[in-house]
Amino acid sequence: MGKTLYDKIYDKHVVYSGEDQPSILYIDLHLIHEVTSPQAFEGLRLNNRHVRRPDLTVATMDHSIPTTDRSIPFRDDVAKKQVRTLEENCHDFGIRLFDLTSEHQGIVHVIAPELGITQPGQTIVCGDSHTSTHGAFGALAFGIGTSEVEHVLATQTLKQDKAKTLAINIEGELPKGTSAKDLILSLIGKLGHDFATGYVIEYRGEVIRHLTMEERMTVCNMSIEMGARAGLIQPDDVTFNYIKNKKYAPKDELWDDALIEWRSLYTDDDAVFDKTVDFDVSVVVPQVTWGTNPGQVAGITDVVPSIDSLPFDQRKAGEKSLQYMGVSSNTPFEEVKLDKVFIGSCTNSRIEDLRKAAKIVSGYKVADSVTALVVPGSQRVKRQAEEEGIDQIFIKAGFDWRESGCSMCLGMNEDIVLEGERCASTSNRNFEGRQGKGARTHLVSPEMAAAAAITGHFVDVRNWVTREREEVRSW
Amino acid sequence: MVKPFTSLTGTVAPLDVDNVDTDAIIPKQFLKRTERTGYGQFLFYDWRFEDGEERQDFVLNEPRYKGSSILLGRKNFGCGSSREHAPWTLADYGFQVIIAPSFADIFYNNCFKNGMLPIVLSEDQINQLFQLVTTKSGYEVTVDLENQTVTDSHEFQAHFEVTPYRKRLLLKGLDEIGSTLEHQSKIDSFEDRHRIYYKLEHGSI
Repeated sequence: MGKTLYDKIYDKHVVYSGEDQPSILYIDLHLIHEVTSPQAFEGLRLNNRHVRRPDLTVATMDHSIPTTDRSIPFRDDVAKKQVRTLEENCHDFGIRLFDLTSEHQGIVHVIAPELGITQPGQTIVCGDSHTSTHGAFGALAFGIGTSEVEHVLATQTLKQDKAKTLAINIEGELPKGTSAKDLILSLIGKLGHDFATGYVIEYRGEVIRHLTMEERMTVCNMSIEMGARAGLIQPDDVTFNYIKNKKYAPKDELWDDALIEWRSLYTDDDAVFDKTVDFDVSVVVPQVTWGTNPGQVAGITDVVPSIDSLPFDQRKAGEKSLQYMGVSSNTPFEEVKLDKVFIGSCTNSRIEDLRKAAKIVSGYKVADSVTALVVPGSQRVKRQAEEEGIDQIFIKAGFDWRESGCSMCLGMNEDIVLEGERCASTSNRNFEGRQGKGARTHLVSPEMAAAAAITGHFVDVRNWVTREREEVRSW
Repeated sequence: MVKPFTSLTGTVAPLDVDNVDTDAIIPKQFLKRTERTGYGQFLFYDWRFEDGEERQDFVLNEPRYKGSSILLGRKNFGCGSSREHAPWTLADYGFQVIIAPSFADIFYNNCFKNGMLPIVLSEDQINQLFQLVTTKSGYEVTVDLENQTVTDSHEFQAHFEVTPYRKRLLLKGLDEIGSTLEHQSKIDSFEDRHRIYYKLEHGSI
């Protein structure tokens, strides 16, 4: 019997396989950040252990940092201490750190791919659940807790039982005006918030092959929102072309060697998955979440659901969600008014996302009732946007143009949504209190968020009239 | 070093909510601390407190559930963020066992690293437990890891599954890193034959 892509990567990284414990799996790349690493370093020190492979460990600061002017000192002393602790730990253990002064700083899941460190066939871990993002490159990438961060620092390995495999065949044609975000949101809506718990997903099919790397990252990023341990996409020429010539990508002969290895990373024709799902995207419309988990989602042309319209086992949770969100059943989404708009996060803060949002914003003004901000995923994304003049489109329209970081996705810094406020967000989680206590989050694509910022309520972006940037006017 | 767990008899607190996520268990404003301890005071912060005062309508604030050591939950418990602060917080508050029909992967794994036992029972068994805990005051169960059972003094009896490795991890309180380092020579020889296709310059910039 053939092997799946997951089997191939897993098997290649088994260091030791004993009957009495899960296999010891080698880790090729360990990404760390300020929030989930300090206690791990403390553990190393207490046990007099060292970092086995500092050269396979990469650090950045992204979660709790401000996104305002970098020349202003930290106002939050607790966050400042956390950032200083990371600096000390990286210094003491010889780990490469892209700090706030680095031209490569950014959200950990944005910078590793753009530096060419994320590569096909690798095992990648990070103390962050959205590590699944890197699966877009055909790497086995998943989030871990702080105890496991310490384990990887000390041993460069993890004890891992094999997961079950789930094939999601995505067929049809993604309709005009819809995006990778709409694809993954509608998939989660169809399958449910915990459908893939215990599985590693492989996204397959014609639609996936035609996505750009950045779109594939958006899809794999949200695998965890279905409960999956990881999401994978078979690497192909789109992947290889993206990596080629990146800063840390292999060069010359090493590139040739790598390419031979990477081209062997596919699921064999006779491989068998534990579960298979087919999903036709031809009917997908722009998506908006209405509840407090990403599976509570509907199309922009729908209305906010009534409790009776939900499957029986989802009614109780649905009622609680609707109450928290403060939206009435049967309200058309186009009538839902917004206070904040956030364009950013490891799901949708890359250059293609900003270009798409800017195309909508061009020539318009943000509605008076809305506060809107764009937080580029990395310093590199920010620079590129500024070179292309995209920053000016946002600024002229009235958006805040920020420094890179996780920002309002989880509101660990000052970028929060206030109690009772409603936010259209390009991030990945609409949990209660995620963006701030009592904050009401609706997850959408960058295009949908951009349009909502202009009109002050949700609109169907498929009907949007784009303008030239010279004639800036209100909606 | 994992704190050992063998058995526990304690009162049960019911949290009748699906998809309890780790953001709810420990909101992000408390993740800036660099310690592993002292999080219990922040457990379910936005659900437990209003303007710094305990909310009377939240179940864990009911006097009869104070001091419980076993939390009864619903499906997909612990979903969302990988933050190990979630089990740290639950343990620091006093919960050593969580019983639910299903758990999110990372949270489930994180519990075992902290001497906590997450137990999966069927929906029917969970419904039965909710019925018992809400109708009988001071309802207690005994969790026995060696025999993999949850029982009360009357009618409830259930068997649960746990992998032999995780069971040993908790019963013995193993040092996982230490046990992996016993295989150091295998890691060395693996590295000799395994190729990595990126190379970073050393140190910080």
